[in-house]
Amino acid sequence: MEDDKKMVVLVVDDEDDFRLFFARRFSRRGMKVLDASGGVMALEKLRENPVDVVLLDLKMPGMDGMETLIEVKRQFPTVEVILLTGHGSTDSGVQSLKYGAYDYTMKPYDIDELEKKIRSAFERRSLHLERLRGEACNGS
Amino acid sequence: MTDNKYSRLLGRIVFISLGFSLIPLITLSAFMYHQFTATYNAKVASNLRTMVENKRMSVDLFLDEKIFSLHALARLHEYEAITSPGYLKRVFREISSHRTPSFVDLGVIDGNGKHVAYEGPYRLEEADYSDADWFQEVLMRGVHVSDVFMGLRRFPHFVIAIRRDEGERTWILRATVDLNLFNSLVQSVQVGERGDAFLMNGNGELQTASRFNGGPLARAPIEPVERFRGVRTRDAAMHGRAYLAGMAWLEKAPWVLVISEDLAEGMSPLLSTQTDVLLITGFGVIFIVLGTILTSRTVVERIRKADLDSARLDASLLHQSKMAALGKMAAGVAHELNNPLTLIREAAGWLRDLMDPDEKEPLDRKEGCEVLDRIDSYIERARGITHRMLSFGRRMDPVREHVNLNQLVGETVAFLENEAMHRSITIEKEYDPALPTVSTDPSQMQQVFLNLIDNAIDAVGEDGVITVRTSVYGDGKFARVEVVDTGPGIPQHVLDKVFDPFFTTKSVGEGTGLGLAISFGIVENMGGHLLVDSEVGKGTTFSVLLPLG
Repeated sequence: MEDDKKMVVLVVDDEDDFRLFFARRFSRRGMKVLDASGGVMALEKLRENPVDVVLLDLKMPGMDGMETLIEVKRQFPTVEVILLTGHGSTDSGVQSLKYGAYDYTMKPYDIDELEKKIRSAFERRSLHLERLRGEACNGS
Repeated sequence: MTDNKYSRLLGRIVFISLGFSLIPLITLSAFMYHQFTATYNAKVASNLRTMVENKRMSVDLFLDEKIFSLHALARLHEYEAITSPGYLKRVFREISSHRTPSFVDLGVIDGNGKHVAYEGPYRLEEADYSDADWFQEVLMRGVHVSDVFMGLRRFPHFVIAIRRDEGERTWILRATVDLNLFNSLVQSVQVGERGDAFLMNGNGELQTASRFNGGPLARAPIEPVERFRGVRTRDAAMHGRAYLAGMAWLEKAPWVLVISEDLAEGMSPLLSTQTDVLLITGFGVIFIVLGTILTSRTVVERIRKADLDSARLDASLLHQSKMAALGKMAAGVAHELNNPLTLIREAAGWLRDLMDPDEKEPLDRKEGCEVLDRIDSYIERARGITHRMLSFGRRMDPVREHVNLNQLVGETVAFLENEAMHRSITIEKEYDPALPTVSTDPSQMQQVFLNLIDNAIDAVGEDGVITVRTSVYGDGKFARVEVVDTGPGIPQHVLDKVFDPFFTTKSVGEGTGLGLAISFGIVENMGGHLLVDSEVGKGTTFSVLLPLG
C-alpha cells in the first residue's frame, strides 16, 4: 500500500492445503507469501529470506507454535508474529502475547480481519525498523 | 437373584452364630444335668445305705436283747423250779410287765422235745417238738432264731429258743416273738409313699409284712441273695416301677433286711431340678435363636443397604465418567473440526476471490472445479469426525454385542491421534488380524481404551512412543489389548493404588482419580481383567484381558 516494496509474509502450518490457499489468497492481496510446514523449516526460511510478518499455527507436530515463537523472537526480534490457534480456548493466544507475539487469531478466521492484523503488524515493524535506523544514525 | 444371595448369607450367619452359642450352652446343660444326676443318685444311694445299716443294727439289737433276756431267764431258774406248776406263769407275767412286752408266749421243752411247761394264749402244753427243725438246731447250736412259720397254731410266727445245760440235764427255753411288734419295728423305716421295708430269708420268703407284697411267708418281690457282709444296693423293678433296694444280712437271724425306695419318688427333687435345667436351657435356646436371627437380619439388612448404596455410587460414578469422557471427546472433536472448517473457509474464500468481478483475468473453470473438489474432501474429513462422535454417543447405553476389538481400538486411537501427533508422540498399532470378536459393551470398552490411551499420552508428555497392541492371550481364553507407553513409569509403592478410586498423581483440578478405578470396574464387569505392569524409567503397560467365546 504505502510502500512499493511488497511486504513478505511467512505462513507456518502443517496443513499443506491451508498453506496453499493462504498463499494464493494473500498473494492476490499484494503480499509476497512464503510458507513452511514446521518450526524448523520456518527458522530456515527466516534466515534465507527477509520476512516481515510470520503467521504461526500453534499446534504442530515436532516444534510447536509456542516454541517456534520463542525461537523466532530470540533470533529475529523485529519480525512480527501472529499466532493462529485452532484451540477452543484463548489461553494459549493470551500466553503467546507474553512471549512477544503481535496478536493472535482463531481458526477459522475472517480473511479481511486477518489482513488488517497483518498490515498493522507490518506497520509496527516498519516503525520499529525506522526507529532502529534513526537510533543507529544518531549513534554513529 | 440378589434376594436369594442375601437370604443365603443370612442363613450362613444364623447357622454359624447358633452353632457357636448353642453348642456350648447345650454341652454345659448336658454336663450339669449328668453331673447333678450322678451326684444325686450317689446321695440317694448313700442315704439308703445309712438307713439300711441303722435299721439292721436296731433289728439285730432287738433280737440280741430278746436272746439275752431268754438267756438270763434260763440261767436264773433251775429246771425243777421253772417246771413247777404256776412258776412259768409268774415268770411270764414278770417279763410281760416290761415296757415292751415282746413275747407272746414262753415254754420249757425237755431234752426229748416234749413241752413240759407253757404259758401263753395257745393250748400247747402237750406239744412234741422232737421232729421240729428248730429243735434240732437249738440242740446243736445253743441258740436259734427260727424262720417265720405257721407251726401248730396255723399263724405265722417265729421263735427264739436257747439251750440250758444243767448238769446232766438239757432243757430248752423257748419264746414266740410278737410278729406285729416285730413288723412295726422293721416297717417304721418305710420311705415315702411307695417305699417298703421287710425281712426275707435266704429262700426269698417274706419274714415280715411287705407293704405291697403281702404278709409273712409270701414271696418277696426281690430275688433271694447269697449271704454277704455290709450293705448293698441294687436297682430293682417291682410291679413295673423302678426301685432302689438296699440290703443287709442280719447278724442274729438268717434274714436279709431290704429297704426299697421308689426311684421316681426319691428322685422327685432331681426331676424338678432336671425340669428346671431343661426349662432354662429351652428358654436360653429360644432367646439365643431369636437374638441371633434378629441380629443377623439387622446385619444382613445393613449389608444389603451398603451394597445398594455402593451400587448407586458406582452407577453415578460411571455416569460421571461417561460424561467426562464425552466432554473430553466433544472438546477434541470441536478442536479437530476447526481444521477442515478453516480449510473450507479458505477454499471458499479463494473461490470468491476468483469470481471477483474486479478480476481482470477470466475465471479458470478448471481451477474452480479443483477448489470445489477440495471443499468436498474437507467436508468428508469433517463428516468422519462427527460420525465418530455420533457413534460414541450412541454407544452410551450399556449393551452387549459382538465387537471387533481391532476396529474399536482403531476408532479410539483415531480420536487421540491428533493430540498425540501435536505432542510428537508416535502411536504404533500392532493389531492381530486373526483376533476373534468379543462379546462386550463397545461404548464402555471404548471408554476404557480412551482412558488408557489418554493416560499414556499424559504419561509420555512429549516425544515418545505409545504402542497399542491386540493379541490372543492365555491359550485362546482371552483377547488382550495392551497400551504400552515410554513414559517415566510408575513407582512400586504407587502401583498398588492406581486402581483405587480418587487416587491420582495429577494436581488438583486436572484429574479426578476415577478413570482407572472405573475402567477397572468396567473390565471386571465384562468378566475380564485390567492389569498394570510398570518399571520406573522404562514405561508402563496396561493390559485389558477380555474373555473369548
